[in-house]
Amino acid sequence: MIPGPFSYHRPATVADAVKLLSTLGEEARPLAGGHSLVPMMKLRLATPEHLVDLHGIDGLKGIRREAGRIVIGAMTTQHQLLASDDIAKSLPILHETAMLIADPQVRYMGTIGGNVANGDPGNDMPALMMTLGASYRLEGPSGGRDIAASEFYQGAYFTSLEPGEILTEISIPTPAAGHGYAYEKLKRKVGDYATAAAAVVLTMAGGKVASCAIGLTNLHETPLLAVDAAKLVIGTSLDAATLKKAAAAAEAIMSPAADARGPVEYRKHVGGIMVTRALTRAAGRAS
Amino acid sequence: MAKTHVTMKVNGAEVEGLVEPRTLLVHFIRENLLLTGTHIGCETTHCGACTVDLDGMSVKSCTMFAVQAQGAEITTIEGVANADGSLSALQEGFRMMHGLQCGFCTPGMILRAQRLLQENPSPTEAEIRMGISGNICRCTGYQNIVKAIQYAADKINGVEFKEAAE
Repeated sequence: MIPGPFSYHRPATVADAVKLLSTLGEEARPLAGGHSLVPMMKLRLATPEHLVDLHGIDGLKGIRREAGRIVIGAMTTQHQLLASDDIAKSLPILHETAMLIADPQVRYMGTIGGNVANGDPGNDMPALMMTLGASYRLEGPSGGRDIAASEFYQGAYFTSLEPGEILTEISIPTPAAGHGYAYEKLKRKVGDYATAAAAVVLTMAGGKVASCAIGLTNLHETPLLAVDAAKLVIGTSLDAATLKKAAAAAEAIMSPAADARGPVEYRKHVGGIMVTRALTRAAGRAS
Repeated sequence: MAKTHVTMKVNGAEVEGLVEPRTLLVHFIRENLLLTGTHIGCETTHCGACTVDLDGMSVKSCTMFAVQAQGAEITTIEGVANADGSLSALQEGFRMMHGLQCGFCTPGMILRAQRLLQENPSPTEAEIRMGISGNICRCTGYQNIVKAIQYAADKINGVEFKEAAE
C-alpha cells in the first residue's frame, strides 16, 4: 500500500505554512500527526499533490495559561496531553478522553489540532471541545480569527476552515473548581471510533446540578451539544426519572449512521446510556 | 518524482538514502537499510508489527514517511540486544516466558515494551496490557507476552521473577 506521489514541504513558521497552502491551492493538505491522512493516502482515498508538514513549526506546540483559560498548541500530541500534570489537575476530562483515543503508538503522533480540525464525526475531541466551551484560533491568508468550537463543524469532514487556513490553537476556559466530569465511550475494541460517546461537565450546589453541558460523539454527522438534555438536569439531584428524561432528550437529536458499529436504533439507544452514565459519574466526582 | 536526501541515526549508526516523499519509513528501513526485522503486518496502522522507537516515541513506521524522520534517532529490533550480543532483558523475557509462537509480532512488541518500561519501570499488569494495546498478537493470547514484560521489568529492577509461563 503505497500512497500516490506528492511533494513534501516543511515550513518553519505559520506564515510560511499559510503561504504555501494558499499558493499551492486545493491539492495541498496540511500534515499534522498524519494518522488519519496517511492511512487515507495509502488507500488512495486521499491523493494530495502537496503535503505541508507542520512538525517544523515550534510555535504550534505546547500548553500555556492565559487569564482563565488553557491554551493548547495544535501540534500538541495526545501523548503530551497525557503527560501534562497541569492538564491532569485542571482539565482531567481531557486526560480521560485522550486515553480513549486509538492506541499508545497513535497517541505519540496524533495531535489535538488534527483531531479537532479534520471534521471526522468519529473523533472524540470535537464534542468535548464543544462541551468545554472551547474556541479555535485559525490563521489564514487574510489574517487570524477565533471561532467557537460549537460553530466550527458543518458536516462530516466539512468545517469552517477556509482555503489556506490552519487551526493553530485551542483555547479552553478553565472549568470551575470542584466541577464534575466524565467522558463515556462505547467502542468495540481498543483503537476503534465510538459506537456512541458522551462528554459531561457539570457543577453541583447543595446536592443539585447547578450547571451542565453535554456533548455527543459519532451520533450525527457533526459533534452535538445536547442542550435540552443539559437544561433538563439543572436544578435536579439527577434522580432516576430525570436521568431517563435527559437520555430521551439527547436521543431525540441523535441521527447516527447505520454501519458496522450497529443499526441506527442501537446506536441511539447506547447513546442514551452513555449520557446517563456520564451524568452519573460526573455528579459523583463533583464537590 | 524528485528524490529527497535523508539522513538519520538507526541503531546508533548514521545512515542516509534517497527517497521519494511517499516512501514510508518502514519501506526505507526494510528495503534501503535492509533491516528486515521490522515487519509489515496490516499496513493500516492497527497491528503494531512495524513499531520502531523514534526520538523517544513508539511509532508505527508504516504510517509515517521517511522524509518525516529526517534527523531522527531510531531503534529497530536489530538494535535492542546488549552491546556484547547477549539478549536484552526483554528479549530474554520473551524467550523464558514463551512470549512468542510464530514471532511475527515480536519485534513490534519488544520495541513497544522497551519504551513502556522506560516510561514506567514497574508497570502493573493492567498498565502492561494498556501499554501494548496497539500491538496485535494472533498466537499467544497475550498471557505470556505480559509475563515476558513483567520478567524484564523485574530483571531490570533487580527483583527475582517467580512466575512460570502459562
